[in-house]
Amino acid sequence: MKHLRSIDELGLDGLSRLLDLTEHMAEVNRRPNPKVPALRGKTVCNVFFEDSTRTRLSFETAAKRLSADTMTFAVGSSSLNKGESLRDTIETIGAMGVDAFVVRHGSSGVPWQVSDWTSGSVVNAGDGWHEHPTQALLDCFTIRTALGRSDGFDGLHIAIVGDIKHSRVARSDIAAFTALGAAVTLVAPRTLLPPAVDDLDVTVVDDLDEVIADIDVLYLLRMQRERMREALVPSLREYTSRFGLTPARARRLGEHALVMHPGPMNRGVEMAVDPSELPGSVITQQVTNGIAVRMAVLFDLLGSGPRPPVEPRPEEETS
Amino acid sequence: MNTRAEQHRDGGGGGGGDVVITGGRLIDQSGERVGDVRVSGGLITEVGEGLTGERVLDASGCVVSPGFVDLHVHLREPGKEEAETIETGSRAAALGGFTAVVAMPNTDPAQDSVSVVDFVRRQGERAGLCEVLPSGCITVGRAGEQLAPFAELADAGVRLFTDDGSGVQDPLLMRRALEYSLGLGITLAQHCEVARLTEGAVMHEGSCCSRLGLPGWPAIAEELMLHRDIELVRLTGASMHFLHLSTARSVSMVRAAKSDGLPVTAEATPHHLSLTDEQLSGYSPIFKVTPPLRTMADIEAIRAGVADGTIDAIATDHAPHAPETKELPLDQAPPGMLGLETALGVSLACLDMPVADVVAALSWKPAAIAGVADRHGRPIATGEPANLTVFDPDVEWEVVPAQLASKSRNTPYVGQRLRGRVRHTVFLGDPVVLDGVPQR
Repeated sequence: MKHLRSIDELGLDGLSRLLDLTEHMAEVNRRPNPKVPALRGKTVCNVFFEDSTRTRLSFETAAKRLSADTMTFAVGSSSLNKGESLRDTIETIGAMGVDAFVVRHGSSGVPWQVSDWTSGSVVNAGDGWHEHPTQALLDCFTIRTALGRSDGFDGLHIAIVGDIKHSRVARSDIAAFTALGAAVTLVAPRTLLPPAVDDLDVTVVDDLDEVIADIDVLYLLRMQRERMREALVPSLREYTSRFGLTPARARRLGEHALVMHPGPMNRGVEMAVDPSELPGSVITQQVTNGIAVRMAVLFDLLGSGPRPPVEPRPEEETS
Repeated sequence: MNTRAEQHRDGGGGGGGDVVITGGRLIDQSGERVGDVRVSGGLITEVGEGLTGERVLDASGCVVSPGFVDLHVHLREPGKEEAETIETGSRAAALGGFTAVVAMPNTDPAQDSVSVVDFVRRQGERAGLCEVLPSGCITVGRAGEQLAPFAELADAGVRLFTDDGSGVQDPLLMRRALEYSLGLGITLAQHCEVARLTEGAVMHEGSCCSRLGLPGWPAIAEELMLHRDIELVRLTGASMHFLHLSTARSVSMVRAAKSDGLPVTAEATPHHLSLTDEQLSGYSPIFKVTPPLRTMADIEAIRAGVADGTIDAIATDHAPHAPETKELPLDQAPPGMLGLETALGVSLACLDMPVADVVAALSWKPAAIAGVADRHGRPIATGEPANLTVFDPDVEWEVVPAQLASKSRNTPYVGQRLRGRVRHTVFLGDPVVLDGVPQR
């Protein structure tokens, strides 16, 4: 694998390979000293043109646990217009010797452009409304671990609720969940569904209450306040009453149903209950698993040869 | 400015001896025949067989037709000379077989005053490669607020008025513009786009944009304004031309308007005849254009529209952009693609109709809309102005951006093999392109 830019590009085989590899990385992370020399001498550059806390920290931590050198380049996308072009920025950083670029950008497609301008690998850490493939991987890994589904998601029913149209998380998750065999239902106001939603391999329902009792995973998306200014929803209050996880809805969730959220959450909007009181919430596990998933991705891209990613006897490690 | 070109023009060209175009298939509004054409002093002086002269242009295997007329080019001068100049754009036009091009008004400053349109026309004369016809703005500064001085601009020779680059949003202003245009011998041309429906839009709204996570430019944004303007034409009786139509529904609306007898005309671009929204899958800003590339169903409807005459003209919407601007993220990159040098090859490939009908859509039909039917798109006959295109409909060539005459490189056909290319272009009797090589 040269790049990780989208789930489609990864395919089912790649998805399964990375999820298996993540198991190894999760094992590394459980050690007292969670660090292995797998990517010693490799350089990973985080290029973030859009604010991000958890994704950037997660990638940095993942790279460091594999002993890669890391660089971080964080700019508001507006500063591009003032000076150096995107291409010059990438080529300049690339000239310093970078093995992988981890790219976050507010515009869809930028990872594809970046990969034209570097010989290194490109990891999409979120591009516009388009994709966020490592989020989908960590979501899949979280479901797989929490529900014991290492053989795939056949028979699982996952509802993704909220602003699907503007969500790169939803796009990647739909691709990954359906590739693994899950049935995906989208629940959203019609204004927040993507165009031509019928062409996707999903079911659409208008009423969350119609499906809430039957789903294995409730995946809530962040509802952004600016959507009201764009006449996409009348008010957050109405949004919560139709699509939020309220106490009444939480009570109707199945006994083993998981509740997930990519963060950051809007408490009182899509999340109208305290998630720490939800037995099925795996939201903090998502964050934890993010590191193992990104270690697996970086190792898959930059690790040399088919050697096992971790030493089999962690207690023999010296550091 | 441009004195070298002026000297060249004074020193060479059609003012000299006879030029004889031999052995071609002559195609014009009267039909098709084989013959030679003698050109002298800017006019066609003889059409016949076995003609000889001082300079012979070989047209064997070629079509000889009236020069092409492009209703829609962006020459970028004044204002964005880093992307194109009137000289480089004229050279691209001549290589594409065009002897007249209508320069869109979204320059900086905009073409809303006599001084700017005179400048554009004069720069075209200095380049001497084709006739550059400045369009005029419908509104001052293309700001959509106040009418541009139609009559002053008409006196300065402007025949087509448009705010191209954007549509006139205000329905009252559009109604007044149409009413005021009556009796001035001018035509208003609309870029149909309801701006509120396309804010932030990057590509056609449909399943492809959904998959790519790009903001959609819905067909309805074009169709709503087209509908409004067809009804305003019905109300006012003023004539109107619709620029770069891109949707199947737009074609049906124009077809219905014409069958109602309304004085409307329409154009379509080669890229809307040939490329779908799937081209955006690799996220290359080269394929970002306004209106956007649409679906195969739209392409088929537009082709059918050209075939039945609903779409009168093929116009390129030649829109050069400097390379660095086409390396911006898709949502920030400017829309537009080159068209002049590839229009013929793409049109011949996409339109399943007789060559004569393709030529009609490239030549005399747009000449009438541009108001230059007195000198362009004329029959190939003695006494007519010698604006002629000689093209080989069968020759194959590969589109190599660095070999194009345009100052910019943003052709969507890079690396593609096209069939059909201009061999010679004769502008006012002057062979400005000989064997595919510009002569100035």
